[in-house]
Amino acid sequence: MRVQRSNPALSSRPLDCFVASLLAMTAIGVAVTLGVADDAPTIANGAITTPLTATPGDPVRGRKIVANRQVGLCLLCHTAPIAEERFQGDLAPDLAGAGARWSEAELRARVVDARISNPSTIMPPYGATGDLTRVAAAFHGKQLLSPQEIEDVVAYLVTLK
Amino acid sequence: MRSIDIVLRCVSTSGFVLMLVLLDSLSATTDTRRSTYDDMSRDIRAMQDDDMANPASLWVNDGAALWSQPAGAAQMSCADCHGDAATSMKGVAARYPVFDAARGKPVGLEARINHCRKTRQQAPAFAPESRDLLALTAFVGRQSRGLPITTGDDPRLAPFVEAGRMIFERRQGQLNLSCAICHDHNAGKRLASALIPQAHPTGYPIYRLEWQSLGSLARRLRNCMAGMRAAPYATGSDEIVALELFLMARARGMATETPAVRP
Ligand code: HEC
Ligand code: HEC
Ligand code: HEC
Repeated sequence: MRVQRSNPALSSRPLDCFVASLLAMTAIGVAVTLGVADDAPTIANGAITTPLTATPGDPVRGRKIVANRQVGLCLLCHTAPIAEERFQGDLAPDLAGAGARWSEAELRARVVDARISNPSTIMPPYGATGDLTRVAAAFHGKQLLSPQEIEDVVAYLVTLK
Repeated sequence: MRSIDIVLRCVSTSGFVLMLVLLDSLSATTDTRRSTYDDMSRDIRAMQDDDMANPASLWVNDGAALWSQPAGAAQMSCADCHGDAATSMKGVAARYPVFDAARGKPVGLEARINHCRKTRQQAPAFAPESRDLLALTAFVGRQSRGLPITTGDDPRLAPFVEAGRMIFERRQGQLNLSCAICHDHNAGKRLASALIPQAHPTGYPIYRLEWQSLGSLARRLRNCMAGMRAAPYATGSDEIVALELFLMARARGMATETPAVRP
């Protein structure tokens, strides 16, 4: 789905509510496509069943992305069983056990756009560029992670049983 | 810019009054506000408290020298008109930004100093973030050290405070975060290694160890905007002044620490 808010003047309360309710509707199970590319993934019931890429995710690369504070940024908020990274955030649940709590399809949807399952989430959308305000020029229209990187991260999360 | 206009038009003074009442009642009962100072290491606190150890003193001393140095076509010094800063500038920084009746909008301390620089001394304005402007701002700010912040008393500021609040609460940037998510809802928690402060601008300009330099509040805000991967507001723009005004009004009653030291 593409709800563009390029004009900051429009980002007032009513629209936020409108967007929030749209997102809430999608969470109830309406299938939607994200504003990414032509091959936008289909999200249904908070899950993306079809992998984003033909190449299967690599859990070793995924772990590196999660650990990297400039790339994945995950450890800014989360703790994870990555002992060599000393400084981990405490704004979000421990990723240990995520692979037991969620299916691969749910984890994929969570990383692509956490707003789908929780419209008020603070977790950034890693695979969606729609409905963002005042994105810095260097990042404009760019996803936080590429589809392949997302597959790698998901492959790693699945191993966290 | 347009967004501010719209915000201003739809905001009422009553909301602001309510906010002040809320803030006041908050401080009367349980003031949970904390300066970043309260959570700093003992070493950094000691550095801030001792003028001899505080690296910002270099700038304050430079500011004191500039204060009595004639400049511009007028060949007048700040002191020629304002006399002893310890008296004339006492409490001034603690109430900025103030409402500038001539321009019909708030003006920050740096811009106010530059106004005297241009119109009174008839000298070219100091560049934003320049050593001289930081030095004079730190020197003027030093005269308020220990005094409570009073910014926001003027009811004409109400719509601008509200505009600043909306910027503070609006999600921005590639990470889709708002200032409030970190500084209101997650203050006290750890963002990786960094303790998230409540973001009260009690000590600007600050000496930031990470910068190895003195820097303005606008610079600090640009750092946070960069972290959010959001387009920064232009220096001196209505948005940045509104945001600074909101933060200062939110810190009303807290003690001025200028020049503070921060990690
Ligand atoms: C800005 C903070 C933030 C960042 C950065 C972040 N997350 Fe999250 N994440 C959260 C929060 C908060 C939750 C809790 C659910 C919610 O509020 O949406 C969450 C939930 C999750 C969950 C579900 C956890 C569970 O088991 O209940 C997973 C999995 C997850 N995040 C993975 C990631 C990965 C992988 C990254 C990096 C690519 C990441 N997150 C980056 C804040 C963040
Ligand atoms: C020729 C006289 C003159 C000179 C020189 C001058 N000022 Fe001023 N300044 C004034 C006057 C008059 C006011 C207050 C009246 C007004 O609001 O314009 C003022 C106001 C100010 C204020 C605001 C005070 C408040 O209560 O809000 C500050 C801060 C200030 N000056 C700083 C400086 C600094 C720093 C310098 C030197 C760089 C300087 N001034 C040079 C005349 C001068
Ligand atoms: C992802 C969390 C996060 C977001 C979003 C964020 N900040 Fe910050 N901010 C921090 C952290 C962490 C620090 C402490 C500096 C450090 O140690 O790196 C800080 C420091 C500050 C300070 C300095 C406080 C002092 O004592 O001098 C101010 C002011 C501030 N932020 C304002 C803002 C504003 C305004 C916004 C929105 C434009 C914002 N921040 C967005 C995390 C955040």
